[in-house]
Amino acid sequence: MQNVLKIILQRLALGLLTLLVVSIVIFIAVNLLPGDFAELILGQAATPESVASIRRDLGLDQSMVTRYFSWLGGMVTGDLGTSFAQLNFQTNLGGTGGKTVAEQIAPRFANTMFLASVTAMIAVPLAVTLGILAALYRNTVFDRVANIATLSSISSPEFFMAYILILFLAVLNPIFPSLSNIYEGMTFGEKLEKTMLPALTLTLVVTAHMMRMTRAAIISLLASPYIEMARLKGISPMRVIVKHALPNALAPIINVIALNLAYLITGVVVVEVVFVYPGIGQLFVDSVKIRDIPVVQACCLIFAAAYILLNLMADILSILSNPRLRHPK
Amino acid sequence: MSTLLWLVTVLGGIAVAGWVFRFAGQTVTGNAPRFRDMPYGVAFGYVLGVSILAWAIWYYFQPVTTEQGLPNAGVMFFRWGVQGLIIAMIAAYVFRFLGRLIGTANSKKLFRAMPLTAAFGILTIIIYAIFAIFADAIAPYGQEQIFEQANVLPGGDPALGGDPAHPLGTDQIGRDILSRLIYGAQNTVGIAFATTCLAFALGATFGLLAAVLGGWLDQLLSRAVDVLMAIPSLIFALLLMTIASVWASEWGIPLTIFMVVIIAVIDSTRVFRLARAVGVNIVVMDYIEAAKLRGEGMGHLIFREILPNATAPLLAEFGLRFCFVFLTIAALSFLGVGIQPPLADWGTMVRDLAPFINFAAFAPLAAVTPLLAAGAIALLTVAVNFVVDWMLHRSSGLKE
Repeated sequence: MQNVLKIILQRLALGLLTLLVVSIVIFIAVNLLPGDFAELILGQAATPESVASIRRDLGLDQSMVTRYFSWLGGMVTGDLGTSFAQLNFQTNLGGTGGKTVAEQIAPRFANTMFLASVTAMIAVPLAVTLGILAALYRNTVFDRVANIATLSSISSPEFFMAYILILFLAVLNPIFPSLSNIYEGMTFGEKLEKTMLPALTLTLVVTAHMMRMTRAAIISLLASPYIEMARLKGISPMRVIVKHALPNALAPIINVIALNLAYLITGVVVVEVVFVYPGIGQLFVDSVKIRDIPVVQACCLIFAAAYILLNLMADILSILSNPRLRHPK
Repeated sequence: MSTLLWLVTVLGGIAVAGWVFRFAGQTVTGNAPRFRDMPYGVAFGYVLGVSILAWAIWYYFQPVTTEQGLPNAGVMFFRWGVQGLIIAMIAAYVFRFLGRLIGTANSKKLFRAMPLTAAFGILTIIIYAIFAIFADAIAPYGQEQIFEQANVLPGGDPALGGDPAHPLGTDQIGRDILSRLIYGAQNTVGIAFATTCLAFALGATFGLLAAVLGGWLDQLLSRAVDVLMAIPSLIFALLLMTIASVWASEWGIPLTIFMVVIIAVIDSTRVFRLARAVGVNIVVMDYIEAAKLRGEGMGHLIFREILPNATAPLLAEFGLRFCFVFLTIAALSFLGVGIQPPLADWGTMVRDLAPFINFAAFAPLAAVTPLLAAGAIALLTVAVNFVVDWMLHRSSGLKE
């Protein structure tokens, strides 16, 4: 157990280091911008005095290293800065108390997590079941149809799936609403109903990949001697797969599930835009369009952190599910 | 809730029918092994499959107008879908048949062992290539040409709001949609292809170089790639596009060129990984050692000794990479930061035409155009994936 703990701690440290380097990359990328934020914010109204004053407010007159550490410090303590759009609003109208980036992101982040977890609840059991079935009935009509269907759904763009679902489940047969306008104070049931179509779209996209990997992981084991033995003992094919093959195929399956969840966190962007779902992806795209750098920066870091974290989890879980690593010689 | 109740009833009915089917089979055939050893799940599957097929046939022959005289859009879309599928299957079959008859002995052999999906994929890619190359000759109008009548519905029937001059109608500012779809093949596919080539040139060169040289260069490149791969690619592309949009307006360079470079660099990291992994395995071979002893230069080693032996995995990767790049560009354009107007592009067309889907219940034709643009993207990626799947299957020699 000592050894596993050491490996896991190593991975965690590596993950943190990656996150730190990624934050530097994001920071430098943003700072490559010609001119600076002050001119960008003020646009036409830039006078030397106002530019200088905004620069002082944003701390742009300090060196890049200082700014990086103060930005990083803010990120860690939850102070993500003030969005340009909100700042602009404040300076132009003389209002006070604009929303900070953290206040803007927090509710949307919760919404995105809700969408991702609903999708995971549907997709993971479905994918594993279908994958086991496809491995069990390999090379039959079911397997062929599943192969073509999953390959098609992997390769279609998300918005194609989304609009097909809108057409059939919202416009022609009004079962679910096509706009997912979620706001505070909705009951869980209402929220679930509004989230259903985006969740189904994402399910279609991720299930296909997970199912193919589950099938491949199980089939690659079926040629091994112990499976042959189990078969010769006269155990039913279902039992051979579930009791004998599945535990050994668990590591790659867990890995691909975690990777797909990581994809879910980032793949939500397009789907959220299609369904006007008030999540972090939508905020990100809107901020990209109006070049609201602090929000873009913060969203980017959150996405990267989620992605790294889930990849890390995939890594650790596959170590834990591998007895050879748990009990090294 | 009634929908759910209905669904449960139907599934329950099928479950019972599955049991009855197996029992009846056992009784009628006098316990033939086929029915005696049939697991319940298989019986359920058979009945489910037959029920779905029966429902599909029944639905296909429903009238296209409801009793109130409204168009029954669901049936219309379903018919179009089924007809499209049948035409695609026939076309793929004919194509494979012709391929078996015409051509050299090698190509005939290739076609003989080809599954129908791969034949369909190759045919589709050829058709797309023809449209992309000869777009100027095929398209009835220019991609930027604006006509007086905007929002003409597709179908070409004046009674239904169409216009025979524009078989697929015009968009919100009066451009011919058919022409823009055809030019989209040139722009979207052309740009994606150029980006993939650039990504490959970068990734494969550096990957093989890292494999041959090793040492600190390998370490440096590999760690840099690790960091770039830790950021989700669409998110990173969006961040860089934000920055590039400032630069583009500053320097007066089209944003599309920035997009090509950005996506090529991001995707070249994936190519680098593969090229390096393949290269490292080849570098230790004896013939590389022999070439080194002969005193061959670096260029000869990479391009004459290693590259020919790494072609198969790299070619399959090229197909997959093209799909990723193509989908990323489509997604960026759909989000409004990719290929910029006035260039015709499928992602942008989907975004612009998408609101028409909401009118599908009254005017099914109106919903066709956004789906056509999205479908054009999906069809090409599906086709490429079918071909890549077949190539991988062939090269790995997998039988199961």
